[in-house]
Amino acid sequence: MSKVILVFGQVRNSEPTRPTLECLSLAAGLGGDVHCILLGTGAKAAAAAAGHQGASQVWANEDASFDKWDLAAVANTVDAAVKSTGAALVLVPATTHGKELAGKLAARHSAALASEVIGVSADGDGFKAVRPVYSGKVRATVKLSGSPVFATVRPNVLDVAAADSSKTATVNDLAAGQGDSRIQLVSVETKGDTGAVDLSEARVVVAGGRGLKGPENFHLIDGLATAFNGAVGASRMVVDAGWKEHRYQVGQTGKVVTPELYVAVGISGAIQHLVGMQNSGCIVAINNNPEAPIFKVADYGVVADLFEFVPKLAEELKA
Amino acid sequence: MSVATMSQNAGVCFNLSDDHKMVRDMVRKLATEEIAPRAAEYDRSREFPWDNIKKMAELGLMGVMVPEQFGGAAMDTLAYVLIIEEISKACAATGVITAVQNSLGSYPILAFGTDEQKKKWLPLLASGQKIAAYALTEPGSGSDAAGMKTTCVLDGDHWVINGQKNWITNSTAAELFVVYALKDPATKHKSTSCFLIEKGTPGFTIGKHEETMGVRASGTCPLTFDNVRIPKENLLGEENKGFNIAMATLDCGRIGIAAQAVGIAQAALENAIKYSKERAQFGKAISEFQLVQEMLVNMATQIEAARLMVWQAACKRDAGEKFGKEASMAKWFASEVAVKAALDSIQVHGGYGYSKEYPVERLLRDAKITQIYEGTSEVQKLVIARHLLSEG
Amino acid sequence: MNIIACVRQTPDTETVIKINGAANGIELDGVKLVLGPYDEYALEAAAQIKEKSGGEVTAVTVGGEKAAETLRHCLAVGADKAVHINDSGADDALAIATALANQIKKLPHDLVFVSNKGTDSDRGAVGPMLGELLGLPYVGLVTEIEVEGGSATVSRDVEGGAKEKFKVTLPAVICAQKGVRGEPRYASLPAIMKAKKKPIETVSPEGDLASLRKVQVEKLEYPPARPPGRMVPGESAADKAKELVRLLRSEAKVI
Repeated sequence: MSKVILVFGQVRNSEPTRPTLECLSLAAGLGGDVHCILLGTGAKAAAAAAGHQGASQVWANEDASFDKWDLAAVANTVDAAVKSTGAALVLVPATTHGKELAGKLAARHSAALASEVIGVSADGDGFKAVRPVYSGKVRATVKLSGSPVFATVRPNVLDVAAADSSKTATVNDLAAGQGDSRIQLVSVETKGDTGAVDLSEARVVVAGGRGLKGPENFHLIDGLATAFNGAVGASRMVVDAGWKEHRYQVGQTGKVVTPELYVAVGISGAIQHLVGMQNSGCIVAINNNPEAPIFKVADYGVVADLFEFVPKLAEELKA
Repeated sequence: MSVATMSQNAGVCFNLSDDHKMVRDMVRKLATEEIAPRAAEYDRSREFPWDNIKKMAELGLMGVMVPEQFGGAAMDTLAYVLIIEEISKACAATGVITAVQNSLGSYPILAFGTDEQKKKWLPLLASGQKIAAYALTEPGSGSDAAGMKTTCVLDGDHWVINGQKNWITNSTAAELFVVYALKDPATKHKSTSCFLIEKGTPGFTIGKHEETMGVRASGTCPLTFDNVRIPKENLLGEENKGFNIAMATLDCGRIGIAAQAVGIAQAALENAIKYSKERAQFGKAISEFQLVQEMLVNMATQIEAARLMVWQAACKRDAGEKFGKEASMAKWFASEVAVKAALDSIQVHGGYGYSKEYPVERLLRDAKITQIYEGTSEVQKLVIARHLLSEG
Repeated sequence: MNIIACVRQTPDTETVIKINGAANGIELDGVKLVLGPYDEYALEAAAQIKEKSGGEVTAVTVGGEKAAETLRHCLAVGADKAVHINDSGADDALAIATALANQIKKLPHDLVFVSNKGTDSDRGAVGPMLGELLGLPYVGLVTEIEVEGGSATVSRDVEGGAKEKFKVTLPAVICAQKGVRGEPRYASLPAIMKAKKKPIETVSPEGDLASLRKVQVEKLEYPPARPPGRMVPGESAADKAKELVRLLRSEAKVI
């Protein structure tokens, strides 16, 4: 019997999220028996996609209470599945929710937890993981001992294998675990810009920096992001100056993003920024200073006045 | 004697204490994040950098060596020079303002003032609520400080001051002026006294803000005293002992200016290193060319030497030893290093260094004054020579 | 209000990281160690809440001898006292969380702050582990916090552009994200002087941490170097824009 690899899946609009698919692809590639947990509204509908991605078993609970995050309840629910499946490896997307779930369960099991991994491989009876450390300046290969072991998987790094619609998963019911009355979700507010693509999951990020000269010019970044169908990001300086909120910040003390395409506009490329985006697939830098350090990590550099160039680029993309 | 004991008693230690490191790291962070980004603009506008000064005052940087009882941080001279270096690295004008406030404003009051003067002024200066200026130099007397012409005459309970002072840093912002005057120009330093004069005293006018080459935001103006009557209590220290106060104050002040020069030089070096790694010519970064490396090496080595001299002078002062010779050596050497480093940094930058787009041309303009104020390089050499010849 | 701030000493971000000869660690020689940049935000939040509600902030760290420097800094930016759990080997999140939990259990605590992550380990795992080990509620990546009576109201941004708001009964473990209480304060000179007089207690870790080190670093390597990029040619902005779009479509194939 091959080992069970349990993926904690996240559901949005009755589909597994992209980071969930990445986890499933990773699990399937390890040659284990892949199980997937899906909770909340649309969980069972999402099970089909999980099956196409290689899950043999889906553990689902469609209770709408799971749509609102309750760490204790989710942890207790998942914990039951970890135990019942005898999972050797539990993969969780390294999202805000995923990371706190994995940490909590790893502590409960006194188990190894590798955070924000960008690769996992089988290693005899156990597993090894590769993860960026020192703000991405170094990559560590770590050996995870014991069973089960946990890993959170950094979104947007791993490929998703082509879905195979001939593969299906058996859908099983998973009983909901007990919540913790000491912590109550009061509200979930959706920001005005939900329509816009989320920064940490975006395929394309267009980020603006000091070169924009003022918040009144940030619409250039918004416009370019729309033209790329991408998300908006910002440098630390932009956030510290109050032009954009912290959730837009890329880099140290902001988000680490790894989109397929990162467009840095008017960002000089301080190390604090580079650590947040240097592992992006393709990097475009637009800056009027040919000596700006951002060009060192850029695949394509454009030395130009951004106020002139950015509208032209947006226009060209729409053409 | 065992080796272990010898090394314990070695006496020369180049490591800063954890507290000194913490002070340096804090000021470096403040200077990098808040002061450096505004330096070019202050250089251009010549406005007094109040936002820098207010922030620094909140952190205790306006009263570094002032005792706690007077609202100061009660730190030592070593902490003070670390602070002045870091601030000056970011903005030399803010550096000299801070140096004047601490070592030319607070120091003479602390060392020579009455209890009343200390209680009245030190908390105001240490908290940065009031800025101080130091008025020794005159249109006709710079290096020859004792050749001043400003006079003081006792008239009942008041001193009456008449004369002019020149190149007085902080004047656009200061509310307290430490002013020297003498009874009779013929007796020179023997009749010199020191006075505390407040802004707004009738007859005291602050002249036009000078267009200087460097440290342009330091509020430098001429002062005019036209029958300025000040109460007797405003005499600082003993009557006729003003020249001693001036010399003691400048000894301390010189360490600060030396630290300022080290800061400017360090900025020149760091800019040169950064630029040389970014700038490519003939297909490689110019930092790979040995003639460029030589300039970097010269700068770095001389700066290191200057810094150690500054630290030594500061540590001697903290240990209660004589430090006048070391202060003059440090000031002379560091200011020469600063000018040379700024020149070399411009050279590394090539044409860009000559433009206002890069900060190094400002560094040269700022560096130059360190060879002039609080005793020119020539005066420092005279002081050193006097020490050498009298010590033998 | 007794507040614990868990902190960690990490290499300054600007430091060049060099892998050691055995490729299982980094060269520490010449590496500048600082209070973790995320920890600064957590400590600032702790200090501000204390200043409003009264009480004490205790900074706690796990680390070798040098870690005491970091605590001294904490004492100058808002902490009242500090505990140094002296253990240079604890590099695994579970080992660190266990050492912290065992110590915190002995200290009065209404609120335990942790930070997003260390810039060395890039994990963000200690916080939720600590919540579990202490049996306390945990909320990660909090960007707003208000404490009132025996509870805290906290908010955070989550993926998908939503903002979650929780009411948490204290004691609780809270991971403070950047900006939760503005920019961290500078250590003022008087605060540095006062910090000298504040106590740092050094203790040995409790429990068998070695057996909890379940994540072992086998190998460190540098990420593959990015292939050199190139400048997009063109006479005018419009030319460059046209050429860039062509390159992104046909060469990089990202759009």
